[in-house]
Amino acid sequence: MEIAVGIDLGSTTTKAVILNEKNELLGRGITNSRSNYDVACSIARDEAFIRARFALTGGFLGTDWETSETRNAVLDELERRFRMQQHLEQVSRLREELHHAAEAPRHAEYRSGLNDALDTILDSMVKNAPALYDTGVERKSDFFRDLASAEYMDLANKISDPKGIDFETLCGVYDAAILDVENTASDLSFDANITAALEETLAASHLNLEGDADKLRNAVVQARDAELYERGTVGTGYGRQRLPFPKEQIRSEILCHGLGAHYMFPNTATVLDIGGQDTKAIQVDSKGIVTSFQMNDRCAAGCGRYLGYIADEMNLALHELGPLAQKATTKVKISSTCTVFAGAELRDRLAAGQRREDILGGLHRAIILRAMSLLARSGGVEEEFTFTGGVARNPAATQALRDLVEENYGNKTINISPDSIYTGAIGAALFAAQGTEAPAQEVSA
Amino acid sequence: MRPALEEIVGRANALYEDLDFGAVTDWKRRNPGRKAIGYMPIYVPREIVHAAGMLPVGIVGGSDRLEIIRGDAYFQSYICHIPRSTIELALSGRLDSLDGMLFPSICDVIRNLSGMWKLLFPDRYVRYIDVPQNFDARVGGEFWRREIEALRDDLVVLGGEPITDDALNKSIAVYNENRRALIDLYKARSEQPWVFPTPELYVVMRAGNVLPPDEHTAMIRAYLDEAPREDREDKDHSRIVIVGTFCEQPPLGLLRTLERAGCWIVGDDLLLGNRWIETEIPTEGKPMENLSQAFIEHSTATASRYDAERAKGESLIQSVRDNEAEGVIFCAPSFCDPALLDQPMLVNALDREGISHTQFKYSEDTGQFGVIHEQAGTFSDSIRLWSEV
Amino acid sequence: MTNPKQPSSPGTIAEVRKEESMNLQKQMIGGHYQALERAPKEGRKVVYTFVPGNLTELIRSFDLLPVLPEINALQSGMRKLSGGYIAEAEKSGHSEDVCTYVKCDIGMMKKGNISPTGTKIPDPDLLLLSYTGCFTFMKWFELLREEYGCPVAMLHVPYQADGTIHAHHRDYIVEQIKTELIPKLEQVSGQKYDEDRLKESLKLSAEAEDDFVHVIESAKNVPSPIDAYFGGVFYIGPMFTAFRGTPEGVEYYKTLCAEIDERVRLGLGPITPDGEMTEERFRLVVEGPPNWTSFREFWKMFYEEGAVFVASSYTKVGGLYDRGFRHDPEHPLETLADYCMGCYTNLGLPSRIELLQDYINEYKADGFMINSVKSCNSFSAGQLLILRQIEERTGVPGGFIESDLVDPRYFSAANIKNRIESYLQMLEQRRKTGVAS
Repeated sequence: MEIAVGIDLGSTTTKAVILNEKNELLGRGITNSRSNYDVACSIARDEAFIRARFALTGGFLGTDWETSETRNAVLDELERRFRMQQHLEQVSRLREELHHAAEAPRHAEYRSGLNDALDTILDSMVKNAPALYDTGVERKSDFFRDLASAEYMDLANKISDPKGIDFETLCGVYDAAILDVENTASDLSFDANITAALEETLAASHLNLEGDADKLRNAVVQARDAELYERGTVGTGYGRQRLPFPKEQIRSEILCHGLGAHYMFPNTATVLDIGGQDTKAIQVDSKGIVTSFQMNDRCAAGCGRYLGYIADEMNLALHELGPLAQKATTKVKISSTCTVFAGAELRDRLAAGQRREDILGGLHRAIILRAMSLLARSGGVEEEFTFTGGVARNPAATQALRDLVEENYGNKTINISPDSIYTGAIGAALFAAQGTEAPAQEVSA
Repeated sequence: MRPALEEIVGRANALYEDLDFGAVTDWKRRNPGRKAIGYMPIYVPREIVHAAGMLPVGIVGGSDRLEIIRGDAYFQSYICHIPRSTIELALSGRLDSLDGMLFPSICDVIRNLSGMWKLLFPDRYVRYIDVPQNFDARVGGEFWRREIEALRDDLVVLGGEPITDDALNKSIAVYNENRRALIDLYKARSEQPWVFPTPELYVVMRAGNVLPPDEHTAMIRAYLDEAPREDREDKDHSRIVIVGTFCEQPPLGLLRTLERAGCWIVGDDLLLGNRWIETEIPTEGKPMENLSQAFIEHSTATASRYDAERAKGESLIQSVRDNEAEGVIFCAPSFCDPALLDQPMLVNALDREGISHTQFKYSEDTGQFGVIHEQAGTFSDSIRLWSEV
Repeated sequence: MTNPKQPSSPGTIAEVRKEESMNLQKQMIGGHYQALERAPKEGRKVVYTFVPGNLTELIRSFDLLPVLPEINALQSGMRKLSGGYIAEAEKSGHSEDVCTYVKCDIGMMKKGNISPTGTKIPDPDLLLLSYTGCFTFMKWFELLREEYGCPVAMLHVPYQADGTIHAHHRDYIVEQIKTELIPKLEQVSGQKYDEDRLKESLKLSAEAEDDFVHVIESAKNVPSPIDAYFGGVFYIGPMFTAFRGTPEGVEYYKTLCAEIDERVRLGLGPITPDGEMTEERFRLVVEGPPNWTSFREFWKMFYEEGAVFVASSYTKVGGLYDRGFRHDPEHPLETLADYCMGCYTNLGLPSRIELLQDYINEYKADGFMINSVKSCNSFSAGQLLILRQIEERTGVPGGFIESDLVDPRYFSAANIKNRIESYLQMLEQRRKTGVAS
């Protein structure tokens, strides 16, 4: 099967997507890219391939499987078992790295105690794993680091002894070990983990798979062995220059965002992307080709990072900002979207007795006002209007945008996809599908 | 506040806060067929507009109450705020009552704004007015006379009526009255700043941007009568002069903050264009020559005016002396080239005279004054401590 | 990548060649700085003045030597000295907000006024404030007047808001030259005004101006033999500074013309710091001055993509010769007046847009780019409207980048490269898909 791969190396996350011959989304992956770009890139890519093979498994199962509900239940079980295998694989990597970290000379005096404590914790983690991946359990994160850290800290806290192996020591070795787990790719591939997952799934009594075992087994094997031939890979995003690709395989994120937005919403004429580092206003033609664009100036005022800064100042989580801002009752006019001054203005206003909700309401509007001026510079808001990037997930920001677009450009269709974070990677994959020389007309969603 | 004073200040405040320029629309309703002409800082000879039977309307941005939605699309982040809010006012239809707009030379931003206006509003009258920097009557004076005659001729065409010398002389007289009233007001504030607090004086003066001059003069006079009847007490404040506010205006909150922080403002360059000519202009003879001559001989000193004769800072020092001020606050808009480039020279001049000073920047929409309050308060305290030594 | 003729690797390089004209210019500039250094010893007097509306012929007719602080500032920028100078000026109370040419110059002065070539620049005997197209010029020389305590001759040049020279504008300038400039020049130099000498010099100016126009218009060829922006700043050098109206100036442009004619004949592209550009992929028109602190890096972002600038507004700050203006020896003072008024930054926005629009058409440009510099409001205020108007009128998409003249803090290479890349890729995409332009 021929596929096209797109990779978007962003400032906070790295995304990868895979398209099939019909340019349908086959798989996608995302990872935090705070450490190493190469690793981030390969993790996101591997994840996209895993998803692609799951999608293929579903395809090979065919439509003749009793009902789609059963089919989905089986696939869900299979994937949860697979994820647990991956998790266990990483726990075992973590175990290696923890013991390695315990080798440091400063732990010499109490090393054996420390190793015992670590094993206690890790044994618990292994024991708890199935529960984490049980049917219907919602995991707090898709990232191993997040899941493992929470659990490890909890367990470390319980077994630590201020007079023996104390909490600080346990944290110290963990911090060193988790970095290594993250930065060196473990074998988390479909190939390596699917067999165990398949057997467990087949054994799961509640699914009653006895009669269909072969069908499932065949589908999995077919998916595992399917040859995925990469017609092309294109990279984009903030860090695209660091991708180990030749120049022809790199596209600017502006072009990719335009094409990606067109893919998701084919009537898109105007795209606004507010990401962590920058804001882009893009106009595209009916084929998703960029005709004009504007980006924020050198200061990052009004970008996602600004909201992160505000959240830190207010001691809130980023996702809490929007809902709180929606509770504003009084309109507060914020004049500074400058990250440097925002903190001071915020403290001033709080000290002056203004409500947190109202200030946040004003801040969200101020950010969107900045975006409005970029939109105006790029040529305005045309029908339809697609909003992408991390800030598109913030309800207060999207509400402010709806209001301001309505006030200034009249009633416009505003598209926001929950998957908008993949917009750039999809655009890149579409470019990859076109090949470097093929004319863009051939692209269609 | 007593009702009579309340009425004056209330009206002035309402005019200040009205971003829709209702006073101009009202005036046009009362004077059917007449036109209103806007002008930017610093100086235009409003007498000519007035003599054409038109209403001169001062446009100095949108203050801190105007939300900028369209204006930012036209200006990079390193350009001051006044052109954004001015464009915003126009694009939002708030300046639709203006039949024309005058852009006197003051800086490159306002200069270029004149061209932007032509492009954005091709059906409205727009004139860039090149204010001379040569103060030789035969050279700069002659040029200026011809420049303002060109303005007069334009207004004749626009208004469809001749502008007689007689009408010009009458208008000169009207503005002489207005300037005299303002000079009296400034003198009164300098003597008793607690009776004429600057945030109040400012809105009363600012009303002249939208009111016909005779009406405005009456308002100033009434305010001069009424304010002293209010029971207001002197405070242990220091007396300061502020510099840098000749174009983009500080928000009222900033003026209030300075007073709250212990500073009586006894001299300033707020809305300087209204007080640009420092004497009476003759009301007989050839009005265009008189206007030109007054400009050449009696223009005030400010950052955007070239002064070959006087040393830098001379007139600022004079203002400090005349107003018995104890210090100077440089209070310039962010990114204001004329004010900010002038500042180091004025600082040197003050240092040579041993006059205390401090400085900060603002923008017309600055919303928070905590830092400024602290800085001005410390400055005021330090001046008073110093004077006790 | 190994075969330089391979069409798929644009912007590949043939060989690095130094042209004779380049050496000539280097000698002229070096010689001028040396003459300046010797001036106090030899009793020659020095006049500081600005590039736009500079009256070099008049200054030279009194045997005075011109110094152009903007050129010193941009040279300091190219030699990575400006950052330190600006810091020096800000330390002494100058705002971060204002023009960095001014701060660079003041910093340089405070550090002993050593020219970018290492020679000492003498203090001014006169500041000729040609107040053309930039309000900051006035503040700049007021600041220098404070420092040097020398006389100032103010020449106020009215703005061409409506694109026409009015009689009273011309009269005003001529009167100022007669009553303000000439008396002060006479006083400083100890020489009487010699109109015949001025006329001689103006004749030489006109001669060089013809050749200069030939040079910048050579960019109408496909491929263009020159880069009219990054290369253009070298070509305007003698014309816009101390050498207009001099025999060396005439000689320089003759040599340059011959070189460029030869390049056209051979069908060669422009010379870049890395050698010759072998494939012209994009023809661009640009508005705004270049960045000087990362000049080469900035240029490279274009030439390595095969983008060449075929016309620029920056190379018109010292006069719009390509639109027909020539110094006219028959009307020496009037021609100086018209020259001053016609400089690019002295034109109203509508005229600037028309000019850029014409350039896009005449030079068959694929794209239009604005480099918006923080320092220069004269250029920058209104550029976003220029961008929109140009896009509407020509259908050519505009690109917008932001930097500064000589403040290294305002050149964010990654950000600028990102925009340029995105912009050029967009042009490429549009071309492939046949989007109108």
